Amino acid sequence: MSTFPGPVMVASGCGGTGRELAAYADLVGLDLVTRSITLDPRSGGPSPRIVETPSGLVNAIGLQNPGLEHFLATELPWLVRAGVRVFVSIAGSSMGEYADLARRLSRAPGVAGLEINIGAPDQVGEDLFDVREPYHAASVVAAVRREFPGDLPVLAKLRPDLSRIVEGARGVTDAGATAVVIGNAVPAAMPDGRPGGLSGPAIGPIALRCVAAVTAELPDVAVIGGGGISSVDDARRFLDLGARAVQIGTALLHDPTTVARVRAALTREEDAP
Amino acid sequence: MAEAPRPGQGPLHVTGEVLATKKAGAYRHLTITAPGIPQRFRAGNFVAVDAGEGRLARRALWIHRVKESGAFGPTLDVVVDATGPGTTWLADRPVGARLAITGPLGRPFALPREPVACVLVGVAHGAAPLFPLAERLRERGCAVNLVVAAPDEAHLLSALEARRSARAVTVITGDGSVGVRGAVPSQIAEILERADADVVYAVGPRDVLRAVAGAAEARGAWSQVALETPMPCGTGLCQGCPVPVIAEDGASRMVRGCVDGPVFRGDRLDWEALG
Ligand SMILES: Cc1cc2nc3c(=O)[nH]c(=O)nc-3n(C[C@H](O)[C@H](O)[C@H](O)COP(=O)(O)O)c2cc1C
Repeated sequence: MSTFPGPVMVASGCGGTGRELAAYADLVGLDLVTRSITLDPRSGGPSPRIVETPSGLVNAIGLQNPGLEHFLATELPWLVRAGVRVFVSIAGSSMGEYADLARRLSRAPGVAGLEINIGAPDQVGEDLFDVREPYHAASVVAAVRREFPGDLPVLAKLRPDLSRIVEGARGVTDAGATAVVIGNAVPAAMPDGRPGGLSGPAIGPIALRCVAAVTAELPDVAVIGGGGISSVDDARRFLDLGARAVQIGTALLHDPTTVARVRAALTREEDAP
Repeated sequence: MAEAPRPGQGPLHVTGEVLATKKAGAYRHLTITAPGIPQRFRAGNFVAVDAGEGRLARRALWIHRVKESGAFGPTLDVVVDATGPGTTWLADRPVGARLAITGPLGRPFALPREPVACVLVGVAHGAAPLFPLAERLRERGCAVNLVVAAPDEAHLLSALEARRSARAVTVITGDGSVGVRGAVPSQIAEILERADADVVYAVGPRDVLRAVAGAAEARGAWSQVALETPMPCGTGLCQGCPVPVIAEDGASRMVRGCVDGPVFRGDRLDWEALG
């Protein structure tokens, strides 16, 4: 089996701990990106954390996660035993933290790859290392790549910001990323003004535009696309533009069988003569 | 932490169909086919349903009852309290409408092993999951005292029917339109005393749950409270329904209302942080 994920992945933060998906999808061979894991546990932001908006959701989860140690001790072994291909999303408040996370995950048995969350909608508010400058994003990727074995993929997840995406994709690829993931939720505000991220069908066309820009200008860069995908047709639009895989997030919150359905349909197509 | 479901257990995602719809006071009762879900139901479970018109979050509804409907096999009854556009859309579903339904979800009520004295407190539509609970408890020989409360008669859930599932029923309304005038918090200690309660179950607003849990603790009774937090997905995927609990080591941490709850031990909730 190739180490490159796809064609369908569960997007970060939208698959629970992974276990909850067992009721709705075959876990064997499922490409799951975990919710972003930080070195220390984070209890996340206040309620409400998710609000509806036409064709989308705005979320302000605040990176709630149990911290690396707990993740390694309890969540990861269960997922690996269940046959899930686990891509661990990592987020850090400094360059050193990203490197530390990568080093410790490089020794964890069963990790299929890393996804570096360097495109969170609100880096500053979430106390994440500020990587708005493509130069900083590339430095993070280089630091992670140094600590993580070269034969496993390191994905760099960028925000779907058209003005920056090509430069950003080039930078992280030169720094050693196996592929770029486009895109994260789009910076938005909760009704009370707190920073959040907009996801779902509302951002699909934005993400698609960013994918088109990168595949056109950087044909050698491997792209994984996501944003608002809830059907096979949505997924195909990204793949037709040159994305090598897609990620599905928000649609799972609405219909937890979405990944299984899209995966089955795309796999059937692949098998067809 | 949620365990992976074994075959024949765990939630299903199905297309249901509305078989009957009935207005009852401020609420709308829907009877729905949901193939496979009724068979897996335990009291305290809920379903997550679509809220139509492109709404991406789902609405959590208590399973009020499971009943045999002849040709359709077992069906679900849910109570819709139309408080926003999504629940209004749901309440307006006509007979024959199709609905995506996921369930049964959540940790159900824990049942006592011994035939003990139980008090069940349900505020407004929160009384919905208590009717099937009362039946289970009665089957186990427990004395069941049901308290149904609401601001007014229109929001009182099936007080008449309550009499069928419980030995004793107390009705409390804020405006005194039926039963005793008042609110649960000021009366709960006396109710528990009178029933000589060993176990208390409660569903409703937080201030009521907190008062119930406190009164239970004061007399050394167990409490199980079901929280009605908004649940964007209901399935444990989104972390959008955080609930602060106090762990064995005394530290407070965030768990998910949908999969780690909605039923919690009253003495395990971090009431201060819950607000
Ligand atoms: C509730 C929620 C939580 C998320 N958590 C994370 C996260 O921890 N790390 C991350 O990189 N992206 C996170 N995302 C972004 C998604 O992974 C995805 O990139 C984005 O939502 C766009 O895809 P979608 O429209 O299919 O959801 C989250 C999104 C949602 C809706």
